[in-house]
Parts: sequence; C-alpha cells; structure tokens
Amino acid sequence: MVATQETIDKVKEVSSTYKYGFVTDLEADKAPLGLSEDIVKFISHKKKEPKWLLEWRLKAYKKWLSMEAPDWAMVDFPKINFQDIYYYSAPKTKPKLNSLDEVDPELLRTYEKLGIPIKEQKVLAGVAVDYVFDSVSVATTFRKKLAKEGIIFCPISEAVQSHPDLVKKYIGSVIPISDNYYAALNSAVFTDGSFVYIPKGVKCPMELSTYFRINEQNSGQFERTLIIAEDNTYVSYLEGCTAPQRDENQLHAAVVELVAMNNAEIKYSTVQNWYPGDKDGKGGIYNFVTKRGNCLGQKSKISWTQVETGSAITWKYPSCVLKGDDSVGEFYSVAVANNAQQADTGTKMIHIGKNTKSTIISKGISAGKAQNTYRGQVQIQKNARGSRNFTQCDSLLIGDKCGAHTVPYINQFTPYARVEHEATTSKISEDQLFYCLQRGLDTEQATSLIVNGFCKEVMKELPMEFAVEAQKLIGISLEGSVG
Amino acid sequence: MSLLEIKNAKLKVDNKDILKGLSLSVNSGEVHAIMGPNGSGKSTLSYMLAGRDGYELESGKVFLDGQSLSDMEADERARSGLFLAFQYPVELPGVGGMSFLREAVNSRRKFLGEEELDHLAFVKEARKVASKMFVKDEMLKRAVNVGFSGGEKKRFEILQMAMLKPKVSILDETDSGLDVDALKIVSDGVNEQRTNDNAIVVITHYQRLLDYIVPDFVHILSDGIIIKSGGPELALEVEKNGYAGLINAA
Repeated sequence: MVATQETIDKVKEVSSTYKYGFVTDLEADKAPLGLSEDIVKFISHKKKEPKWLLEWRLKAYKKWLSMEAPDWAMVDFPKINFQDIYYYSAPKTKPKLNSLDEVDPELLRTYEKLGIPIKEQKVLAGVAVDYVFDSVSVATTFRKKLAKEGIIFCPISEAVQSHPDLVKKYIGSVIPISDNYYAALNSAVFTDGSFVYIPKGVKCPMELSTYFRINEQNSGQFERTLIIAEDNTYVSYLEGCTAPQRDENQLHAAVVELVAMNNAEIKYSTVQNWYPGDKDGKGGIYNFVTKRGNCLGQKSKISWTQVETGSAITWKYPSCVLKGDDSVGEFYSVAVANNAQQADTGTKMIHIGKNTKSTIISKGISAGKAQNTYRGQVQIQKNARGSRNFTQCDSLLIGDKCGAHTVPYINQFTPYARVEHEATTSKISEDQLFYCLQRGLDTEQATSLIVNGFCKEVMKELPMEFAVEAQKLIGISLEGSVG
Repeated sequence: MSLLEIKNAKLKVDNKDILKGLSLSVNSGEVHAIMGPNGSGKSTLSYMLAGRDGYELESGKVFLDGQSLSDMEADERARSGLFLAFQYPVELPGVGGMSFLREAVNSRRKFLGEEELDHLAFVKEARKVASKMFVKDEMLKRAVNVGFSGGEKKRFEILQMAMLKPKVSILDETDSGLDVDALKIVSDGVNEQRTNDNAIVVITHYQRLLDYIVPDFVHILSDGIIIKSGGPELALEVEKNGYAGLINAA
C-alpha cells in the first residue's frame, strides 16, 4: 500500500497551503487499515445509509467471518491478508498533469494502438482538460433522455438514497450474502457501482456504459452493480474499458446482479483490462467477481459477453438462473492469459423453468506460461422439461509452456432435456504464421489476426464500437508471445 | 535488369543436402518455368526464396531487385515485392478473406510509402479484381481458404497476387488439383499480370500448365541444381521423354 502512503504525503504537502484543516478532513475520509465491524459501520455511515442497509452489511460481515476462501479454482496465489487492505478511502482525484507529454510513454503507445482519440486519452491519463469535455456534456444530454423514458441510471449509492425501495427489494436477491466468500465480503464493504432500472415496456434507446461515468469517482475495488429490467424491456450495458487500467488495490471483488422480468432482455458486455502484472507475475490485480442474472420472467433473456485480457488472476463465472419458462441464458467469453496470468473462468446455467435454453461459447487463449481454465456448470432441474443447452469450449495455445483446461460439470435431473458439449484445443500452426508473413503481415499482426479469427463468434456479440477496440486489445495483450 | 538473382545457393533440410549450388537469373518482363521430378528441391527452393524458418541458405546469395535477401525476414521479403502462391494454401479459420486481403495490401502499400486504402476504396478495388478471377463476393466473406475447393484456393492465391502487385511471383505447383476449366481461369489471371516491370517463376511438374502460361525460359531442376535450361521447347521434350532421359544425359 505504498501508493496510499504517497497520497497521504502528497495531500500533506499540498495542504500546507490550505488554511482550513484540509488534512484532518481528508484523513477522516479514510478508514483505518483492516476490516472489522466498526469499519463496516464507518463505510455505511460515510454513505449516510439507511439502517436496513447497515444491518444487511453487518449480517454479510458476520457471514463472511464464518466462511473460508474457496480453493477449488486452478489458480495459485499467496494467501490474502484481509487486515492489510483499506476498505474505504475518499474518492481519489487522479494527479492532474498539464499535458500528454507528462504521461508514461508506454501508456500512450497503448492508447495509440487502441485508436483512442486524443481527448479521451487525456481524460484516461488524468491530464487536466480545460474545455468542457465532450463526454460530460454528452452524458448530461443522455441522462436527460433516459430520464424522459423513466430509466434510472446512476451510482448505486445515489439509488440507495433516491430509490431505497427498489434497492432494498433487489439487492442480494440474485446473489445472497452467503453465496460465496468474496460476495459476502463485497456485501459487507461495497463502496459503489451502477444502478439501472428499466420500467415496463421501455426499450433503452442507447447502450448504457460505465464510460459515461469516466469522469466521476472511482468506484473502487468492491464494486456493486444492480440492473433490473421490468416486463417487455431491453437494455444493453457495457462495463469496463479497453484502455489499460492500473490500480493500487490488488484485490477486486465485485458483485453484479441482474433481474429480468417477463419478456425482458438484458445484454451485459464486459471488457476487462486490469493490470496483469509483469512478465514474472509480480503485481497485477486479483479479479474475484461474482456475476449472476435471474431470468425471473417468462421468455426473459440474459446474455453475458466478456473479453477478459487483464488481471493477474481472474476468478469469474457470470451465470444465469433460468426460472421463467422459455427463458434464455447466453454466455460468450474470450479469456486471454499471457505470461504469468492465471484465469479460471466460465459460467453456470441453471435451468429451472420449462423449455429454457442456454448457449455457452468459450474461447480461451493461453500464451507465455499462463494457465487458462474453463469451468462451467449446466444444471437441468427436475421440472425443466424441454430444456436445451449447447456448450462449445475452444482453447488456443501459443507456445509450449502454457496450459488450457476444460472442466465441465453437467447435472441433468430430467430425461426430457438435451445437453451438448463440444471442446477443441488447437495451436497456431507454423504453416498459418508463414502464410500470413508471406503476405507481408508481421508476426504480431499475424497472431492478432489468427487469434481474432479464433474468437470471432464471441466478438460479434459485442457492440460494434467495443468490438473494434477489443480486437486490437487482444492483439496487444499477446504482443511478444510468438516468435 | 535482373529482378531475381540466385547465386550458387546451397541449403540443407534436416541435415540433408537439398539445394546443391543452384543459380538462376530472372529479368524483369520474363516468365521462367522450373520443372523437375518429385524430390528435386522445387518446394524447398520456393520456401528458401520466401524466407521460411528452417530454410536458411548455408551458402550462396539471393537478390531481389538488387537487394540481398539474406538478412530479411519472410514478411519483409513479402512487403518488398516477393510473392509465393502456395501449392497448399493454408486455412485461417474465422479470418475473413476481405479483411485478410486488406491487411496484406495495406502492409505492402505502407512499405511502398503509399497511403493505406480505406475500407470502401479497398472493397471496390478488391471486387473489381475478384470478378476477373471469377471470385464471388460470397467467397471473400468466408474465412480464408476454409472449405474452399481446390480451384477456389488457387484462384484466391492469384487474386492476392493481383492485389499485391509483386515484383517477383513464385507459383508453386499452381496447377495441382485443378481441372481444365479452373486451370484456364487461373492461367488467364496470371497472364494478365505479366508486365515489363515484373517477373514470374512457375514451378511445376507438368508441361500442361505451360500451354496456358507460356514461359520465356524453362529450367530443369534435378537433385538440387539446374541441369538444363532452354526455351519452351524444353518443356515439350520433358513431356515426350520424361525427366529420366534429360537427367541421364546431363
């Protein structure tokens, strides 16, 4: 937590020019190191939360104390000392730089390769922009438009104040506090995240994106998102950013809950590019995320699309609980692991209602000495007659020191259902590389092209502008892995 | 002016001598045919020229338009204007034909200091060239060589050649796997690209391709060296007497 110390020092340094006890205020905006009941109360108090939420947090904290960290995933990392983490600090303002010249050139090169416009680069890198930044005004316009449709899209901490009934009704309804170790931890200490509510009959007129909140405060390491889609609605939500994201917090344990009512469709797309650590695996984010969607209504549909290229360790299984008859769950995933990265990711499709359908397309790419595991569960419960699942898991190996593993769990409790599982493992062949080189592509272009071809079925599920950036991102993530 | 110059090329593959001092000079505007029996070193020659890993010269030199190739990687050679039409074009699952072509063409253009073509301009150009090669739009939308018939694969190779406008093209057994109709289409495509500024080297077993792509020179490759050179009539001699007669005579 060196960087945190740096922040404090910096604030102290700056604050000498301020007269009104700036330091004291700021210091009070930071909870002491470690986790205890008092810290949970502190967070809740800071956020001026209602009593029910504090109680909910405390219950989660107690539950967490009684739980053990899961050890079944194929990832290997030193035990986390949960008392060595700060669970609350005031929104951090990034250090303001005067121009892009002051930004780490390596970061700029990556931005360039991703084709991020200069203005956006400045915001991402924390350069002071003295004119009104486009996206801010755009965001304001969009927010007005959304409000007109009755759509609520705001930070969840805001929703706790403005729409407490909705939050109270649905928070923890998909992922109960006792669900798993990291979800319990998140429930106790979550700081912020997004809240989306789509009222009956409304098709959200635009992609909702965390991008529009880029200038707002950092949601921190324990993010919590809740999306509710009422009857006959549609919403597409984009999370993350292709630009490399660095964070001084090593542990990230987010929770995302989705609820879809009758005939509602939620499409949730993620591009994750957290710092993966160096070549030897030093540093890098631990990304332990719980994401789940409840298809509560008939003919409801939840679709997860993820492109995971970052983080030292990824532990993530976006899932669908198909309760409503004829509901549909989809999972499209590309997971890239290079160097010392470890990814254990997949999905759960729980078929409860009749004639429910699920599709799983997983593309795992391993390079360097990385380990990449697909872990997926398909459960067809007793009453889920007429249900179907199709699973396809493909692994691509680059080099001979990496690994790919596929661990499917299939539980079928009715004979009146069909479950299919296909899996392949392949390597980029020397013939393929030579063919591309002979056409004038360099090794990196060639690798990127072949890998993107391999992931095509998933990439086409991403919203257009996201897909283009994600393609470049995959190429960049694999740089130096061939040749 | 010599566009391709091979001087006393020697090369081993898996510790076995394959090229044993091969020399060849190809001037701009010329079409050369290299004929030879199985195992004479024809494919090795094309891989050596294209710069495939494992096919580095042990001794000797190769020049492309006066520039030595010895320090150039396969992709640099390609961008400099060396094209190899593969005997067995490789499948690239999920990689669309059009985007593959565009990447290749823009790499070459960038190297030449020309502006990269934007999507629309490129598609227009590609369609124009493709229609001459009887390559349908639908084929360009498919993944490169995946599920292509033998004829489609070769047509796609020649389409790439036409788009890349190389200085020197090496056609490795381009006739293999083609029926007469396809052979004609492919040959027409090649012939159309013959100019005074480029050169084509056709590597083949059989004389029949040379009925369609008529060479200026024919060379007989045997056991890693060229044993005889001549005009188109030499190919007819092979057709009549087989390689054995020529090899024994040499």
